[in-house]
Amino acid sequence: MSSIRKFFKDLSQYPSAIVGLIIIFFLVVVSIYTLIVLPYNEAITLWRGDENVWYKTPRTAQPKWVNWFREDDLLETFIFNTANGEGTKTEEFSNGTNKIFISFPFEYNASSFPQEISLYFTSTYESKEPFVSIKLLTPDGREINIGSFAVSKTQTYRFSQDAKLARRLRGNSPEKGLFLDLTTDPPTIVKGTYELQIEGVAFEENSTVDAEFVVYGEVYGWAGTDHRRRDLTIPLLWGAPVALAFGLLAALGTTLTTMIIAAVGTWYGGWVDETIQRITEVNLVLPFLPILIMIGTFYSRSIWVILVAVIALSIFGAGIKGYRAVFLQIKESPYVEAARAYGAGNWRIIMQYLVPRIVPLLIPQLVILIPSNVFLEASLTVLGLGDPVLPTWGKVIQEGITNGALFQNQFYWVLEPSIVLMITGLAFAMLGFSLDRIFNPRLRGV
Amino acid sequence: MAEQQKDILLHIEDLVLHFKTTKGNVQAVDGVFFDLGYKEAVVILGESGCGKSSLAKAILRLLPRNVDKYGGKVFLEGTDTMAMDEEQYRQNVRWVRMSLVPQAAMNSLNPVLKVGDQVAEPMIVHHGVKKEEALVQAAKMFQHVGVPVDFLDRYAFELSGGMRQRVAIAMALVTAPALVVLDEPTSALDVLTQANIFNVLKRLKKELEVSFVLITHDIATSSELADRVAVMYAGQIVEVSDAHRFFNEPLHPYSRMLMASVPRLRANQEPEFITGQPPSLLNPPKGCRFADRCPKRFAKCSEEPPVVNVDGIQVKCWLYTS
Amino acid sequence: MTDKQRDVLLSIQDLHVWFELKRFGFGHAGYVKAVDGVTFDLHYGETIAIVGESGCGKTSLMKTILGLNKPTKGKVIFEDLDVGALRGEALRQYRAHIGYVQQDPFGALAPFMNVQRILEEPLIINGIKDPAERERRVRKVMEDVKLTPVDDFLHKFPHMLSGGQQQRVVIARAIILEPKLVVADEPVSMLDASVRVEILKLLRGLQEKYKLAVIYITHDLSTVRYFSERVFVMYAGNVVEKAPVNSIVHAPKHPYTAALMDATSDPDANNALQFRELPPGEPPSLVNPPSGCRFHPRCPKRIENLCEVEEPHDLQADDHLVACWLYK
Repeated sequence: MSSIRKFFKDLSQYPSAIVGLIIIFFLVVVSIYTLIVLPYNEAITLWRGDENVWYKTPRTAQPKWVNWFREDDLLETFIFNTANGEGTKTEEFSNGTNKIFISFPFEYNASSFPQEISLYFTSTYESKEPFVSIKLLTPDGREINIGSFAVSKTQTYRFSQDAKLARRLRGNSPEKGLFLDLTTDPPTIVKGTYELQIEGVAFEENSTVDAEFVVYGEVYGWAGTDHRRRDLTIPLLWGAPVALAFGLLAALGTTLTTMIIAAVGTWYGGWVDETIQRITEVNLVLPFLPILIMIGTFYSRSIWVILVAVIALSIFGAGIKGYRAVFLQIKESPYVEAARAYGAGNWRIIMQYLVPRIVPLLIPQLVILIPSNVFLEASLTVLGLGDPVLPTWGKVIQEGITNGALFQNQFYWVLEPSIVLMITGLAFAMLGFSLDRIFNPRLRGV
Repeated sequence: MAEQQKDILLHIEDLVLHFKTTKGNVQAVDGVFFDLGYKEAVVILGESGCGKSSLAKAILRLLPRNVDKYGGKVFLEGTDTMAMDEEQYRQNVRWVRMSLVPQAAMNSLNPVLKVGDQVAEPMIVHHGVKKEEALVQAAKMFQHVGVPVDFLDRYAFELSGGMRQRVAIAMALVTAPALVVLDEPTSALDVLTQANIFNVLKRLKKELEVSFVLITHDIATSSELADRVAVMYAGQIVEVSDAHRFFNEPLHPYSRMLMASVPRLRANQEPEFITGQPPSLLNPPKGCRFADRCPKRFAKCSEEPPVVNVDGIQVKCWLYTS
Repeated sequence: MTDKQRDVLLSIQDLHVWFELKRFGFGHAGYVKAVDGVTFDLHYGETIAIVGESGCGKTSLMKTILGLNKPTKGKVIFEDLDVGALRGEALRQYRAHIGYVQQDPFGALAPFMNVQRILEEPLIINGIKDPAERERRVRKVMEDVKLTPVDDFLHKFPHMLSGGQQQRVVIARAIILEPKLVVADEPVSMLDASVRVEILKLLRGLQEKYKLAVIYITHDLSTVRYFSERVFVMYAGNVVEKAPVNSIVHAPKHPYTAALMDATSDPDANNALQFRELPPGEPPSLVNPPSGCRFHPRCPKRIENLCEVEEPHDLQADDHLVACWLYK
C-alpha cells in the first residue's frame, strides 16, 4: 500500500506524467460513457444506417465550432417536430372536419443557405387523407405560398425538389430563393424571424397531421457529418474504446508473451534458446505490414483477427533480444544461484525470480507500445484494411480521404480523428517516458 | 603559513561536500582536515558509507551534478585551489599536480583502446606533447609500475587484474604529479596481487618522490604504505595520527575498536566487533557521531567534540580535553 | 583435531571438474580444468577452510558440492548419496540439504522480496504448506541470526538493510532447512572490518549450536584461524596443503602456502618500511597448466628435474598433507 503511494508520489514529480494520466483518464471515462449511452448494437445500427436513419442530418456538414472562427456564421441545422411538442399546433374539430394549424417560427441570421429544406408529415386517418397547405411568412412581410397537397400516412415534402416553387422564385432553388429579397439586384438575404405555417384539414374525427420541419444547415453538431449524413460524434466516441482495447490488448499480449518466451529461452539455454533466437531473427526480417495486408485482403478484416495477427507477429520481435540481454544478467545473479541451491524448480525460478526483476522495464515499454498499436490499427484502416463493421478513428480518416474531404475543404473530417489519435498517442507517450524514468533510476536526472 | 608551505604538500581544512537527494541532504564530507608532506602517504581509513569516496571527489573537485554545498580550504603546494575557476583548475591542478586512481580503475579501462594509448592520453591532453613523446613517457611509466613494455600494444582484456591495476596507476602517474589519490586500489584483488601492488606503490614513492592519499577500508593492508593515518567516521575525520603510533595504540575510541576488529594472522588475539551501525549521513546526530556506539560515552558527548592535539596526534573526542 | 572416529559426512574422491571450451560454438578447444584431482573427507560437525586465490578452482569445487556443477570424473559422496549420479527431483532435494552462504549479500537476496518472503521461499519449495508453520520457522531462524526484534525486519526489503543485516538474512536462509552442511563462499569479504568479525562469530555460534559441518571458502588467511579446524590450500585446481589450522599458520609447509602467508598483512606500521618477498608471475591458465607441480615456475625452492616433471601427491609432513616434493 505504501509502495503504491510512493509510486504516485514519484509520478507526481513529472508534470508530463500528470497530463498524460489526466488525458488517459478522460479517454477511459469517454469510453465508459460511450459504451453505456450508445451500446454496441445501437452504434453499429447507426454507423451502418442509410438515409432512412440519417434523414434528419445534412450531408458533409461542418461542425458547429467552425462558426467560432468565422465572421459570418454558417447556418446551423434545425428541426421542429410537432410530435415532440415543438412549434405550435392547434386543432379545432367541427362539422366532421378537423382543422389543424401548425406554426414554426424560426430565426434566420446566417449569411448562407440551407443545404435542403424538408417537411416530413405523419398523419392518422382511416380512409380519407388529410389535406395541407403550406406558406412561409418572411421578416419583410411577404407571404410565400409553398404548396398544397394531400398527405398520406407518411409523406415527405422536399422543398428543393419542388420545380413549381422554384419557378415562382424566379428560378432560384427554393432552399435559397425563400430567404432572398428578389427585388434587389443581386438578391440579398433577408435576416430575421420567419414563420412556416401549415394549415391542414382532416376529414375524420380522430384524423390528424403532425409535421417535422427540417432545415439542413451547413454546420451540424460538434463533430459534423460525413458523406452519408452520419454524425461523426459516433465514430469519434466509439473510436476511443476500440482504440484503447486494441492498443492495450496488443501491447499486453505482445510484451507479456515476449517476456515469458525470452525468460524461458534464457533460462533453459541450449537448443531452446537457439530455436527462439532463430525464430526471432527470421521473424524480424518478415515484412510486417504486407503480411497484415495479406491477412486483411485474403482472410478477414475483423479487428480481432488483425489483433491476433499483430500479437502473433510481434511476439518474436526485437523485444526478445532486449529482454534476453537483461535476463542473461539476472540469470547469473547470486540470488538465482541461491534459489537453485535451495531447490527451486525451473518454472518457479522463471516466474518468481526472473520475471519480477524485469517488470520495471516492462511497464514503461507496455505503456509506450499502446499508442503505437493504436496507430497501427489506424494505419491499417487508412490503407483500407479496417474493420468493416466497427466505427473507428482510422475509418473516419479513410472515408474522409476516399471521399475527397481534403479537396472539398472538409478538413474537419480528417482533422478530428487525427487530433484524437495524436492526443491519445501523446498521453501514453508522456506517461510512458515518465514511468521509464521512475522505474529506471539510471535515466533519472540527479 | 609561509613556513608551512615548504614541507606541506597538501593542506585540507574544513572540507565540506554535501549532496542533494530526493530524501534530503547527505553530508558525505563534513569538515575534513589533514595535512600531507612531500614523499608521504596518508591513509584515509573508513568503512563503507563513511564518505571516503566522496572525499576523493572533493579533493580532486570531481563533483557530481547534485552538489548541495562544497567548500573549505584545499591548499596544494601552498596554492589555494578553491580560489581557482574550473578551467584554471583543470589546466594547473587536476592530473597535472594531482591525479586519481579511481575505485575499480582496472575495470574502467577503455576496452577498445590499447592500454599504451590510454596511459599516454593524459600527457597529450595536459601537456600537449606529441603522441610519440607521450608513448615514450608511457613506456617509462610501465617500467616503473612493473608492466612489461611490450604490453603497450595490448588491450585491457588481455591483461590480468593485477596488470590492469598497474596500468591504471601508470595512467595517474604519467604526467608526473606530486600527489596521487588512490581510491581502494586493491579491494578486488587477490592477496598476492595486493601485496605486489603495494610493493609497486612503495617503490614509486621512493623513485618518483610522489605522495599518496590512500583511501581504503582495509586496515591491515593500509599499513603497507602509511606514513600517516586519518580515520574517517560518518563524514568526519576523528583522528589524524602518524602510522607508528596509530597502529600501536590509536586514541579515538572508534579507531581503537576498529583496530580491535582486525583479524590477525600472526597474533593470537581474538577480534572484537563494534555493535550497532554508523549513523545515516542524511541527518547525522548532533554532538559526537560515534557516541551511540561508544563504550566510553559520557555526558559531554552530546555536544560537538573539539579537535584535540595530543602530542601531535589530532583527535576529535571529548576524552582528550584536559 | 581430526577425530578418526567421527563419521564422514561428505567424501570427495579424486574429483575433477572440467569445463569444455568451445570454438565457434561447437568445435572442441580444450578444457578448463577448474578442479583437477581433489580428495578429502569432511566429518559431521567439522569446519574446514578452503583457501586460494581467484581462479584456483575453489568456487567450482564448492558448486560441485552444492550440486550445481557435475563432476567430470571422481565422486562426491554425501552421507550415502553419490551426488554426481543424482538427476532431476533427487538432485533438487539434495541441493536443499546444503546451506549456501554467498559472497555478495545484496546480490544474494532478490531485491523485490521482503525478508519474510526470502526466508519462506526455501520452505515453500520444500513442501511446507502451512503458513503458520512457515512463519514459526522464519521467526526462529531470524532469532538464531539475531535479526531482532523480528517484527522490525520481517517486512523490510534488502535495500533497507545494512550489509551485515543482509548477510544475516543470507545465513538465516542457508540454515532454515536445517542442513547438516553449510558452504560459505567468502561470506565476509564484501563487508566492513567491524562487521566481518561479527558475522564470523555468528557463523561460528550457529555451527556450534547446530553441530553444523561448514566449508568456509576464502582468500583471506587471517580469518581462517577464528573459524575452522582444518585448512585446505588450493592452487591451480589442486589442493596443495591440508593441515590443522594452528599448525598451518605457524608453520606452513608448501612454498605456495608460505607465499600466501608472507603476502598477508597484519596492521603494523613497520610494513611500510620493507618490501615483501613474493613469488614472481601469476597463477597459470587452467587450460594448459604447467607439467609436474603446478607451482614450480614460481617456486623459490624448486628441485630441478623433479618438480617440472612429476606431479607431487599428498605427502605426510608432521600433521600436514603436502603436495610438494620437498617432503619426499
